[in-house]
Amino acid sequence: MSAAVPVLEVQGVTKAYGDVEVLRGVDLAVREHEAIALIGASGSGKSTLLRCIDLLEDIDDGDVLLDGEVITDPSMNPVQARRRLAMVFQAYNLFPHLSVIDNVLLAPSRAHGFDREEAAESARELLRRFGLGDREGDYPDRLSGGQQQRVAIVRALATRPRALLLDEITSALDPELVGEVLEVVRELKEEGMTMLIATHEMGFARDVADEVCFLHDGRILERGEPGRVLADPQQPETQRFLHRLLSAGRT
Amino acid sequence: MDGRRRGRTGAEVLSQTRPAEPRSGGRGRRAVREAARRRRAAQGAAISGLSTVVVLGGLAALILTSKGWPNVRDTFFDWDAFKDSFPDVLHGFWLDVKIFVVVEIVVLVLGLVVALVRASRAPTFFPFRILAASYTDIFRGLPVILVVYLIGFGVPALELSGVPSDPVVLGGFALALCYGAYVAEVYRAGIESIHPSQTSAALSLGLTPGQSTRFVVLPQAIRRVIPPLLNDFIALQKDVALVSILGPLEAFRVAQISASSTFNYTPLLAAAVLYLAVTIPMARLVDRATARDRLLRSAGAAV
Repeated sequence: MSAAVPVLEVQGVTKAYGDVEVLRGVDLAVREHEAIALIGASGSGKSTLLRCIDLLEDIDDGDVLLDGEVITDPSMNPVQARRRLAMVFQAYNLFPHLSVIDNVLLAPSRAHGFDREEAAESARELLRRFGLGDREGDYPDRLSGGQQQRVAIVRALATRPRALLLDEITSALDPELVGEVLEVVRELKEEGMTMLIATHEMGFARDVADEVCFLHDGRILERGEPGRVLADPQQPETQRFLHRLLSAGRT
Repeated sequence: MDGRRRGRTGAEVLSQTRPAEPRSGGRGRRAVREAARRRRAAQGAAISGLSTVVVLGGLAALILTSKGWPNVRDTFFDWDAFKDSFPDVLHGFWLDVKIFVVVEIVVLVLGLVVALVRASRAPTFFPFRILAASYTDIFRGLPVILVVYLIGFGVPALELSGVPSDPVVLGGFALALCYGAYVAEVYRAGIESIHPSQTSAALSLGLTPGQSTRFVVLPQAIRRVIPPLLNDFIALQKDVALVSILGPLEAFRVAQISASSTFNYTPLLAAAVLYLAVTIPMARLVDRATARDRLLRSAGAAV
């Protein structure tokens, strides 16, 4: 299994906005059924890395491979690649003019060409599973933050992605709503969903991730088993970062 | 205590002029505040009534006692002249309505196309972007009356075959050009007001850029710009009268002709009444749309 081609591979990716280098050569691989947690301070490049992988940003150098295929190749159609990935955003980014069910069904029916009836059936099943069965007709602004983020996760899953990119999906939530969203991700992990997770929740990273990568200043400074990296970090920057989180009570 | 207060309905609170049993200090205070509020409301009503009488009465007195008033009354407010001219003016106004409806539809489409071209990022659209930008710059910067003149008299002078020379068509075309530029900017403001994260979400789900504009950005943008769009339509409704300089017998033109043949300006008043009969309901519609929009947004923000 470990010999198989990784689902996602990031090779030497660099990205700068003007003079500001946000990513300075990132290497990363996510294998089938693996969950990798990206940790690091705000501004360390976690979100940018996820956006580059989802081809929402152009990269300057390096490559991103999906199932062994270079999706960052200029000759590749980015739309085709994005259809095989799905991303969940920090601020949910639900479509406020569409009801919950229409939010979920927009991409399957319009972009993926799934049969609308079938897509609706599986969308309802997903909504029911994540406790949103009675909300399909509601508009997003009638839902709590936790419910909105769960809808966003269902919307991403409805496109049947090869891998899920989660961009600090609990950072905008009230503390009491964080748990219900993380529970969903735990369930997805148990089912074997391949995931790359940018997060500030260290306890969650320890539970769910197969590997933790500490991103600092556009590079991955340290990586390894969550238990090892989080409990016994080798790099001084990692130690400092974790210490700051610890003193802020976020472990 | 708090719970009991909230449990009471507004009518119950109002009917309780005085505390029947001033047992609790809190309830006593409530009655005092209630009385003070009522006193202030009564004072306010009295003052606004008085000031209305003074201001409007003063204005009326000023006009009615002016030296020229009898003259003005006879030439502008002649009931018989109003009755006589009204059917003709109304007939002319029907042309205004027809021009308005057609131009409005053209403007809605033209404005949207120009706005979409200006918002597009594709390199092949570059020349169209320049054209669209110059178009909005030029036609927003020109007085409408000037454009009506230039098109109305300039285009027929070209003597091109196949180009219509009907002044109604040319006048409507000139209006559509001017208002298309305004409406394009309104649409563009709406499109730009939609946060880029909406497009990110749509693209990440696998929609093409075109689909993301059509299904995600535009529906939200258009909803947001309905009040300013309606505002532009009120302006357009009035400016249809400018077509009259090319000769068509629309309401203003009919009233003008009638006025100059009878030396009585009352027909113009008849035209004014007809314009207001359409623009005032439209303005109320704008108010309602704006209020509803504000309500929706604050409801969205509160959650």
